[in-house]
Amino acid sequence: MFQSIYDTMIAGQRYVLIFQGLGVTLLIAICAIIIGTILGCILALMKISDNRLLRGIGTVYTTVLRGLPLATQLMIFYFVVFAPLHLPKLLVAILAYGLNSGAYCTEIFRAGIQGVDIGQTEAGRSLGLSKRQTLFKIILPQAVKAVLPTYTSEFIVLIKETSVASFIAVMDMTKAGDMIRNATYNAWIPLLTCAIIYLILTLGLTKIFDIFEKRMARSDR
Amino acid sequence: MTDEVLIKVSHLQKSFNGGRNVLEDISIDIRRGEKIVIIGPSGCGKSTFLRCLNMLETPTGGSITFEGTVLTDPKTDLDKARQKMGMVFQHFNLFPHLTIMQNLTLAPVTLNLKSEEEARQIALNLLKRVGLEDKADKYPSTCSGGQKQRIAIVRSLAMNPDVMLFDEPTSALDPEMVGEVLNVMKDLAKAGMTMAVVTHEMGFAREVADRILFIHGGVIEEEGTPEDIFDHPKSPRLQQFLKAIL
Repeated sequence: MFQSIYDTMIAGQRYVLIFQGLGVTLLIAICAIIIGTILGCILALMKISDNRLLRGIGTVYTTVLRGLPLATQLMIFYFVVFAPLHLPKLLVAILAYGLNSGAYCTEIFRAGIQGVDIGQTEAGRSLGLSKRQTLFKIILPQAVKAVLPTYTSEFIVLIKETSVASFIAVMDMTKAGDMIRNATYNAWIPLLTCAIIYLILTLGLTKIFDIFEKRMARSDR
Repeated sequence: MTDEVLIKVSHLQKSFNGGRNVLEDISIDIRRGEKIVIIGPSGCGKSTFLRCLNMLETPTGGSITFEGTVLTDPKTDLDKARQKMGMVFQHFNLFPHLTIMQNLTLAPVTLNLKSEEEARQIALNLLKRVGLEDKADKYPSTCSGGQKQRIAIVRSLAMNPDVMLFDEPTSALDPEMVGEVLNVMKDLAKAGMTMAVVTHEMGFAREVADRILFIHGGVIEEEGTPEDIFDHPKSPRLQQFLKAIL
């Protein structure tokens, strides 16, 4: 058993591939969630605005990006949308995942904002606060708290979905595991290694967000 | 009560999404210091009427003037006018993510009307007035319904309003907590606050009201002093309503 782990992973320094892949996976996921979060904030505010045009843009965006399979989107971005720019594959992957995650974040944030009781807005406005002040001082702080669990799972989904980045030949962790499988004819050691690392990542994240949630739940006691 | 008209409502009309009129045609002058109590069967439009007064509902016809400002004019700065119109809701609507103190200081500080320190001092005095100063640093979730409503009342008072609107302030309370809230409102009335109150508490109406409006079918069916309304009701609808609730 140890011999075969040594043969597949350590010999020829193949474990380095896994770590490189892990780096790529994390880089894509972290950059994408940052892009997605920013984009989600902007689009969510657009979707709840009084302006028809802004709302329309938001709706079209979320409908299209949530309506297509991620692998298809990734290839469309790489071979069609960004093709003329000759961007590095990794950058295209980051942008594609970011734009896609933006659509999901938009819906998560919008639902969070609209989930805050209408009475909160009425109370704020009747005290003389403007729409903007009410949104930022009263609604958003409550929405953030409500949104945290779904936002966590969006981040976790994102980490897992980076595994299809190999569709445009980005070498993420899954691809690295697959390459080792190919080279060594041993499937389960490299793939299981990947699986365990994914699990550690997602469990770790869940834990971290749990702590956030608990801290924010102070006012519920 | 003075002769100065604080709120002038003329030919107010309200329908929702072009449906039938909830409010048909309501005109009334509310004078400074006057206590108006609005009663009527459920669905008669009394809450809608109250919510039109500070434009939480946008009237579909008629006009509302508050301290000389025409609220129904689209160009009016409603936020400015609302600073002087306190509103208390059936479901309290305290801000759950803020402490009681922050609930009271949020608006005055955000609107740059008071410094943080001044606002805290005012809030503390108001909380003392309703016997809840020990709750200052607690969150609303630690309070009972009656306490929440008393806090909601002083949250509005922290803005130093010229009129207080109450939308069924005791309807969501357990019976044993109704008294503590009504007492705060009575004290407020004694202190000379202009008040418009939608309520089912007829004892309160009789004791506090200068004038009672009975709204039915979107119009003021009958209005008068508590004696007029309770002891000598003229309209058959009012007679029927009183018979059903007393």
